[in-house]
Amino acid sequence: MTDSCRGRAKSEISLVVNGALKTVNAYPMERLLDVLRHQLQLTGAKEGCGEGECGSCAVLMDGMLVNSCLVPVLQAQGSNLVTIEGVAAEGVPHALQQTFLECGGAQCGICTPGMILASAHLLNQKPEPTIDEIREGLSGNLCRCTGYAQIIEAVAEAARRRTTA
Amino acid sequence: MNNDRIIGNSVPRKEGRDKVTGKSQYVDDMVLPNMLFGATVRSRIPRGRIRNITFGPGISWNEFAIVSAKDIPGKNCIALIGDDQPCLANGFVNHPEEPILLLAHPDRHLLPQAVEAVSIEYDPLPAIFTIEESERRAEIVWGEDNIFKTYLIEKGDVDGVWEQADCIVEGEYTTGAQEQLYIENNGMIAAFDATKGITVWGSLQCPYYIHKALMALCDLPAEKVRVVQMETGGAFGGKEEYPSMIAAHAALLAIKSGKPVKIIYDRMEDMVATTKRHPSRTRHRTGVSRDGKILGGEIDFTIDGGAYATLSSVVLSRGAIHAGGPYYWPNVRIRAKAVATNAPPHGAFRGFGAPQSLFAMERHMDRIAQTLGVSPVEIRRRNFLQPGQTTTTEQIVREPIDLGKLLDRALEVSNYQTKRQQFAKENHRGQTKKGMGIAAFLHGAGFTGSGERYLSSVVGVEGCADGSVRVLVSSTEFGQGTNTVLSQIAAEALGLPYESVSMAQPDTLQVPNSGPTVASRTVMVVGKLVQSAALGIKQTLISSNLLGEAYSAEEFRSACRNYIAKHGQFRSWSRYEAPSDIFWDDQKYRGEAYAAFAWAVYIAEVTVDLTTYSVSVDDFVALQEVGRVLHPLLARGQIIGGVAQGIGFSLYEKVVWQNGRMQNGQMTNYIMPTSADLPSIRVFFEELGNVYGAYGAKGIGELPMDGPAPAIVNAVEDALGIRFDSIPLLPEDIMDALVPSSPLSGVGSTGGDR
Repeated sequence: MTDSCRGRAKSEISLVVNGALKTVNAYPMERLLDVLRHQLQLTGAKEGCGEGECGSCAVLMDGMLVNSCLVPVLQAQGSNLVTIEGVAAEGVPHALQQTFLECGGAQCGICTPGMILASAHLLNQKPEPTIDEIREGLSGNLCRCTGYAQIIEAVAEAARRRTTA
Repeated sequence: MNNDRIIGNSVPRKEGRDKVTGKSQYVDDMVLPNMLFGATVRSRIPRGRIRNITFGPGISWNEFAIVSAKDIPGKNCIALIGDDQPCLANGFVNHPEEPILLLAHPDRHLLPQAVEAVSIEYDPLPAIFTIEESERRAEIVWGEDNIFKTYLIEKGDVDGVWEQADCIVEGEYTTGAQEQLYIENNGMIAAFDATKGITVWGSLQCPYYIHKALMALCDLPAEKVRVVQMETGGAFGGKEEYPSMIAAHAALLAIKSGKPVKIIYDRMEDMVATTKRHPSRTRHRTGVSRDGKILGGEIDFTIDGGAYATLSSVVLSRGAIHAGGPYYWPNVRIRAKAVATNAPPHGAFRGFGAPQSLFAMERHMDRIAQTLGVSPVEIRRRNFLQPGQTTTTEQIVREPIDLGKLLDRALEVSNYQTKRQQFAKENHRGQTKKGMGIAAFLHGAGFTGSGERYLSSVVGVEGCADGSVRVLVSSTEFGQGTNTVLSQIAAEALGLPYESVSMAQPDTLQVPNSGPTVASRTVMVVGKLVQSAALGIKQTLISSNLLGEAYSAEEFRSACRNYIAKHGQFRSWSRYEAPSDIFWDDQKYRGEAYAAFAWAVYIAEVTVDLTTYSVSVDDFVALQEVGRVLHPLLARGQIIGGVAQGIGFSLYEKVVWQNGRMQNGQMTNYIMPTSADLPSIRVFFEELGNVYGAYGAKGIGELPMDGPAPAIVNAVEDALGIRFDSIPLLPEDIMDALVPSSPLSGVGSTGGDR
């Protein structure tokens, strides 16, 4: 949280989160991450570093992968957001959620929400990524538990299931 | 009933669904009504007397809860092994970032300014920052001699070795501090109620460490202190002891303010103020015969413990016992020493001293090989411990381990011989040089020596009213798979489906003390107790004539319900008892150091780029014997994750120090490996089984941290023909060695650096 959010008037900011229109009253420079976690009670996005290095706070904003700790909420005005809570379609887990479970892609789980959103973004861009493309595509999301191998396998497996489905 | 599908099979992670859907509750996700947010005012200097504290202008101080050392109801210490570390500085600071004051306020955004507005005047005192400065005793900063602990391990007659030896090989090896860098920063919430006492919820490994610390600090009886573990986002040892400090701070603020208080560290506070892996220095002097046999040697192992004793004595012990590696030493003298400096205390980190001393041992084996002109493969093969021989502590190797066979298999799967020949041919041309490196090592599972006997862990298994089974342990899940594997063990013991077993949340009001979740002890030691407590449930039902010897899951559920209807609560307990054939002498440091060792041979293949001086690991083979593998997917995940941390320890992760304070406390300038940096890490298991562990399991969690660093640095030497004996090994170090007059020469080895 920067000082610049203090001493300024809050404004009404509207955004679509996981398909539902939300209006929040927030300081314009407040971090999107804090608004999601504290005002919208969407605590799936995590703060790992607060400076855009670890990707634990990653969400999709108009289809783009962003680190929500670096996005002032004003910038999200009118945008369409997807968080980990909105990844499953009507209770059916996303293919990535299923393959992360099956392949051991989640250990402590703290990077998992951001990692799954980064993986979903990657598969949207490249439905059949090579292993090197997966390594590159997830290199903005840090995981200290897995050494990434089982995450990479989960993404490759989700891609395989989608293309053979 | 066929239970083969439980043990040895990769059942779904117990809490996995909540983790992939974002539903898991970590401490920062928890909110209590009227909760305040807490922050810590810390020392800006490494050592000195606090002269005056001023609360500066521009802050409405009356809105803040403020706690200092004089507000502590009990003893001002974080009770652990010794009680030397204060909870809050009382007039004196011994390291940068030492906690001095605590602040709490309902608006978390006001806290950073308030912390800044507290100004503290000091009378600074001279401070020391390196092992060598501590040894010189220019300043005594701890006790009478700056020494936290020493150990002496002696076997045979070392002094008689030097005359017989054909060759004496000496070397000095150093390792740097390493940050655990769990992705979830430390955090705690505390609430106080005059009748119920203090409750804390947090990110932690060891509920009962915190329980003990809060009893002493708050002067409360056991039943008035409650510690609850929330989902924990990585730990690796980094949440073994320091969470007691944060819990203590949150508790003091909650007592003072009468409101719940949450303290969440940001990344920089977590990195600069909390524990890291102990920096180390190891000196080897080894007498060898011409045919490559170790005749004996001296090993001096020294670690920098930082400003307070905390866990250093135990880290030192494990490092000392592992210092001889998986080799037979007919004669050896290991002197180990933990010294004080004015850095924040170093602490637990996966491997716990062993990665440091094993780095030295495995680098030294390559040096011995070169001195004698034998290959790195042969020098190891000729000295491997064999069944029936004894370790440096004179523990007899009772397992039928065949390290030569492990080595052969690792050589084969890594294609070592062919590649090494190929690289030798190709390395003279081009701007890239390739090399292969080996590390052979062992890791003892469970507490050292008499440790498990003192812990005397207790485990419970409960038959529930709905006929399901619940495991009651204080052993915590932080990614490794505790919940899953302990459930597997209980299910297997009871002949029930995995799904019918659940885990109680670690909460000291609900679960017994099954010991800390450390030392690769959970599956082997706690797992065995879960197995026996589960069998207790089964035997009770059978002896009450509620269940036959053979039964279905439905019959078990029904018997369980009937038992509870008749007798009420249905719990079975199991307490650790040391096997009768385990002997350990705490005075002489001799005997059965560990109930079981895991054994491994790792092989790294690297490329050194002579344009950038960077090292990339191209292939990594991790072959180990860890007893029976209970859950192949989790076991492989542990190995790959540990190897990745080991690669970071070797090639990326450098803590830059200045006057005892970490200068690069951010993820932007402290670099851990990303998915783009790591090779394919190929994992192979040999399974010999183990009589002491649940279903033949040994410890696995720490083992993979031990081997990567020496394997990689051995490979770099193989590629370049230049010795490197310090890690982390960064491109600038390689450039310095290759281009002595480079403009970078000397950078990174100035003043307070180490």
